[in-house]
Amino acid sequence: MYTAEFAYKKASSLAEALQLLQQHPEAKLLAGGHSLIPAMKLRLAAPPTLIDIAKVPELREVRLEGNTLVIGAMATYYEVETHPQVRQAAPILPMAIELIGDPMVRAKGTIGGSLAHADPAADLPAVMLALGARMKVVGPSGERVVEAERFFKGMFETDLGEGEILSEIHVPANAGKQAYAKFPHPASRYAVVGVAVVIGPEGVRAAVTGAGSHAMRLTKLEQALAGQPLTREAIEAACQGLLPPNDLNHDLVASRVYRAHLVDVIAKRALLQAAGL
Amino acid sequence: MAEKLFGKAMKRVEDPRFITGTGTYTDDMTLPGMAEAAMVRSPYAHARIKKIDASKALAHPGVLAVITGQEMKEAGINSIPTGWLHPGIKTPPHYPITFDKARHVGDIVAAVVAENRQIAEDAAQMVEVEYEPLPAVSLGSEALKPGAPAVHDDIPDNICFTWSIGDKEAVDKAFASAHKTVKLKLRNNRLVPNAMEPRASLAQYHKASDEYTLWTTSQNPHIHRLLIAAFIMGIPEHKLRVIAPDVGGGFGSKIYQYPEEIIVLYAAKKLGRPVKWTARRSESFVTDSHGRDHETVAEMAVDQNGKITAVRVETIANMGAYLTTFAPAVPTYLYGCLLAGPYTTPHIYCHVTAPFTHTTPVDAYRGAGRPEATYLLERLADVMAHELDMDPVEFRRKNLIPPEAFPYQTPVALQYDSGNYEAALDKALEMVGYQKLRQEQAEWRKQGRYMGIGVATYIEACGLAPSALVGSLGAQAGQWESALVRVMPTGKVEVFTGTHSHGQGHETAFAQVVADELQIPVEDVSIVHGDTGRMPYGWGSYGSRSAPTGLSAIVLATRKIVDKAKRIAAHLLEAAPEDIVHEDGKFMVKGVPDKAKTFFEIALQAHLAHNYPADLEPGLEATHFYDPKNFVYPFGTHIAVVEVDPETGRVKLLRYLSVDDCGPVINPLIAEGQVHGGIAQGLGQALLEEAVYDAEGQILSGNFLEYAIPRADDLVQIEHDHTVTPCPHNPLGIKGIGEAGTIASTAAVANAVMDALRPFGIVHLDMPYTPQKVWQAIHSARKLGQAAD
Amino acid sequence: MAEKVRIKLTVNGVVHGSEVEPRLLLVHYLREHLGLTGTHVGCDTSQCGACTVHVDGQAVKSCTMFAVQADGASVTTIEGLGSPGHLHPVQEGFWEMHGLQCGFCTPGMIMAAADLLNKNPNPSEAEIRHALEGNLCRCTGYHNIIRAVQYAAGKMAQRSAADD
Ligand SMILES: Cc1cc2nc3c(=O)[nH]c(=O)nc-3n(C[C@H](O)[C@H](O)[C@H](O)COP(=O)(O)OP(=O)(O)OC[C@H]3O[C@@H](n4cnc5c(N)ncnc54)[C@H](O)[C@@H]3O)c2cc1C
Ligand code: FES
Ligand code: FES
Repeated sequence: MYTAEFAYKKASSLAEALQLLQQHPEAKLLAGGHSLIPAMKLRLAAPPTLIDIAKVPELREVRLEGNTLVIGAMATYYEVETHPQVRQAAPILPMAIELIGDPMVRAKGTIGGSLAHADPAADLPAVMLALGARMKVVGPSGERVVEAERFFKGMFETDLGEGEILSEIHVPANAGKQAYAKFPHPASRYAVVGVAVVIGPEGVRAAVTGAGSHAMRLTKLEQALAGQPLTREAIEAACQGLLPPNDLNHDLVASRVYRAHLVDVIAKRALLQAAGL
Repeated sequence: MAEKLFGKAMKRVEDPRFITGTGTYTDDMTLPGMAEAAMVRSPYAHARIKKIDASKALAHPGVLAVITGQEMKEAGINSIPTGWLHPGIKTPPHYPITFDKARHVGDIVAAVVAENRQIAEDAAQMVEVEYEPLPAVSLGSEALKPGAPAVHDDIPDNICFTWSIGDKEAVDKAFASAHKTVKLKLRNNRLVPNAMEPRASLAQYHKASDEYTLWTTSQNPHIHRLLIAAFIMGIPEHKLRVIAPDVGGGFGSKIYQYPEEIIVLYAAKKLGRPVKWTARRSESFVTDSHGRDHETVAEMAVDQNGKITAVRVETIANMGAYLTTFAPAVPTYLYGCLLAGPYTTPHIYCHVTAPFTHTTPVDAYRGAGRPEATYLLERLADVMAHELDMDPVEFRRKNLIPPEAFPYQTPVALQYDSGNYEAALDKALEMVGYQKLRQEQAEWRKQGRYMGIGVATYIEACGLAPSALVGSLGAQAGQWESALVRVMPTGKVEVFTGTHSHGQGHETAFAQVVADELQIPVEDVSIVHGDTGRMPYGWGSYGSRSAPTGLSAIVLATRKIVDKAKRIAAHLLEAAPEDIVHEDGKFMVKGVPDKAKTFFEIALQAHLAHNYPADLEPGLEATHFYDPKNFVYPFGTHIAVVEVDPETGRVKLLRYLSVDDCGPVINPLIAEGQVHGGIAQGLGQALLEEAVYDAEGQILSGNFLEYAIPRADDLVQIEHDHTVTPCPHNPLGIKGIGEAGTIASTAAVANAVMDALRPFGIVHLDMPYTPQKVWQAIHSARKLGQAAD
Repeated sequence: MAEKVRIKLTVNGVVHGSEVEPRLLLVHYLREHLGLTGTHVGCDTSQCGACTVHVDGQAVKSCTMFAVQADGASVTTIEGLGSPGHLHPVQEGFWEMHGLQCGFCTPGMIMAAADLLNKNPNPSEAEIRHALEGNLCRCTGYHNIIRAVQYAAGKMAQRSAADD
């Protein structure tokens, strides 16, 4: 029930957070704590220092900048889910967030925390891939912006380097018709398979979570649908054998073969919903 | 006349404390000077303990003691006994802390006591245990194979006991001459009870008087006191007080005598300080006794008319690593004896083999044996009906015991007291609109949608227990119940019961009945339970015994009070006791309404007693020990309607409906609540829950991230009604309702899922019907179908 | 031992200043330091919701939050929601509709339900079921919990209509 001991530092600005990270290289950032604290309670993680960035004002803002929705990394699920501009500009976000955990989880968990954690069964990484979002990262050597594609690298592994903080997520506003469909784990309710699709002017972007070591684009699907009218038949035909089972996760709930099948089914459902069919 | 409260949906009197967060559960308690304990548990299912080095833990600031099994054994702490013996049963020792070998993941190897829980948990990780891991076995049938690793060295074949009931020869004959037979291989999945309150125990030792007090999460504090005092610690019973304060659900898992209770008692004396231990949920998963876990071959035979002629059952019932308090009773008397179900089956034979395995002990979980029996019978009934090309309802109707057959003697020891099974079935069918639903199902199928309708008709034997009967069956104790009713000088009444309420609402339902019997306001009645220091001996609550057995004792004690009150009234009114009537809340001389005394006046005079005649004892209290003449036999019909998504294999519950008969209902709010909760648990078994072990004996679903219990969105509002067939042999005619929901719902949901899968030619799948399993079955069936085309 | 941290927070309207170990979970702070044992612990994986309290007006799982994270916050526990005689409509609903049996999940369930009704005063049955996904109850089968929340929603609507 108890975590190991740790020292607690609270940052009140982004600059202070960066400085604290410099001083405590072995520290972990604490955002909503809803991935980190459960892991610490089970003593799967025992960071000697936590730097709490949840209340850093610069990291909490959600705003529309031209055609980009800027989401502060420390905005909570709840704040984003209920934000009127988000609902307008990127309806897939509230749609996916509604299916994350439960209201208490959504009250504390943050968008940035989820993306930085890169849990292979987390929902938002797939959504960000489908949206073509970009991650703004600040670190000792300044700022950089990373495409979602390049951000998720492996199981719990991102492009974030030592001393770096994910500060903002830049989401293209009004990217097209969009939907997220999820097959939840019966116990944990994380995604066994979740598929996000955005039907934009350039075609379909689709991404899957839960299937492999990290969220990934469903390129085969995107290609199969390229240049095609999105009819039910076309969608059904395209959603076949999207991922080879051999590379997929497997656990008590879903074998590789079943998971591969679920990817096809959930992708189809997300597409049908996005296309309004 | 005061309003009669029997049958009234009264709000519960216990609720104000719970809805305001002021209940007192064991872990809520803190005593001055209290230390806290954490357990060092084996990470291996089977390992020899070679060495325990506690030096680092002992050196950790705040650590008070590290206790080992060796130390407790040397201090004279004995093994934990089991309470139900079969001829030839093996009862290997179960020491609170093991010292030779660990026999399941979670087996306690040492206990750390420290100033607080944090320190205890930190230090528990510092205790260095050198293990020699040994091969383990987790599945019952595997444990029975030659060469399987032995759980206990002196039981090389792992067989705890074998047991059988019924006339094998007659059954074999019936099968040989049957019109049709069906055979199913079934696995009744292992479940983790998961009462929402994790177990906790707090012990205090009073040096001056050499007395102990134990607060613990228990359904039956008296059983703990008996087992601990007489068998485990060898202390005088009156030197141990066991209190079960508010308890957050039990479902069987809080019946048993657990090691941690002994450890905190021992530590409290050793340290001279109160010691508390509270389980973390992941500890609960590996230490609370599990439920079910059967591997069974079940067969049914019928004649040309579709009448069941015989049932034959061979079961392997996994006992886990040690025998807990009631374990041997569950897959035998509570299972084999129930295999007639509600049917007129003339010949039944059941043979059970119970092996030890390197897993958490298995004992009673809500329903205990009866859900297993019902599941098996109801699956057989559906498969047979299909074989006979009959509607499953018609098959059941043909075989139900008719109302005029009661009392009905089954071929497996029980005599059913009363019943009208077809009436409950008809009511359920009408409520659900059965014919229409079947038509709808046919239409859905044309559209490629798979609705399933599952019916389960059930009976259960509960109200544990007629002592002589269970004694003859192997119980080492009768299971009568006691009650003490104490009227105070002000006319307020305290009722002490040996049963225990951990959600069942006894404080309300029992008070309703007592208020009726004494014709006093219900606010004047207080039900006291869960404290061996306050009430006579009792056996606690499980097996739906509290109302039929516990309340019967209360009613009979209350009637003694009324008798005595009449005699007091007669004295006060200068009349003959025979002339006193108890009406409108008064004791009056028959036909002379102004010659009357109120209950208050009598209670006061009973205590003032200054001008009593010589033959009248002062005071007004009565004790009654009630031993039921028979079990009680609730029954009913449950119907589940589900939809299976063939693409994902996911099962969705569309409707659930139950008609139950538990005799007259004391408080419909409470009775229905019991049914709802039971149904949810049964549905959990059918769709979600399974304690999965790997071949090495590691549990793979050992927390709520992996083990799914039903959540709000897994269920629907339940449609419920009842019929009333009184029990002929207890004072109120009541039966039990605590387990009915669980007993019937697993079978109803299972039958519904299988009904939905019928178009694919799928005859049987084992629970739980997880999406993967259902999809896999559909997928294979389709492939087969394609191959055939 | 890690350095203790000073925190100041308001719990049920009362301001508390304490020195706590950073690893102290909010739930243990409430139970062990403040004696508010109405908030329960039912699991160690953040799944059961027995520990639900309101922090700055929103339901959270107090087992998945350190007390230090609540520094400066206003916390409401079941003890502060309402009291006998002055029950919150959700508490009243649970009593009226028999929304509890053993009572262990109840404080968390009530706090989650109150949060739902703050956010959505007139939820459908499906919305109630979805909103209570993070609260496990092993006793009631949720049937009467749903009715309790519906009762409370009705009651609150009546009250606000009366206020208008
Ligand atoms: C009961 C429960 C159910 C859940 N169900 C789901 C679900 O269905 N779907 C789902 O997707 N998730 C689910 N989650 C996880 C939840 O969404 C987490 O909140 C989220 O994954 C992490 O966000 P956080 O803000 O809580 O991050 P934290 O737990 O605080 O941090 C997570 C990790 O990210 C690092 N980090 C945090 N912020 C930054 C930053 N700005 N820059 C760099 N590194 C950073 C931290 O150091 C830490 O290593 C569930 C959690 C719980 C407890
Ligand atoms: S205690 Fe279970 S979620 Fe907090
Ligand atoms: S009332 Fe017992 S867990 Fe909900």
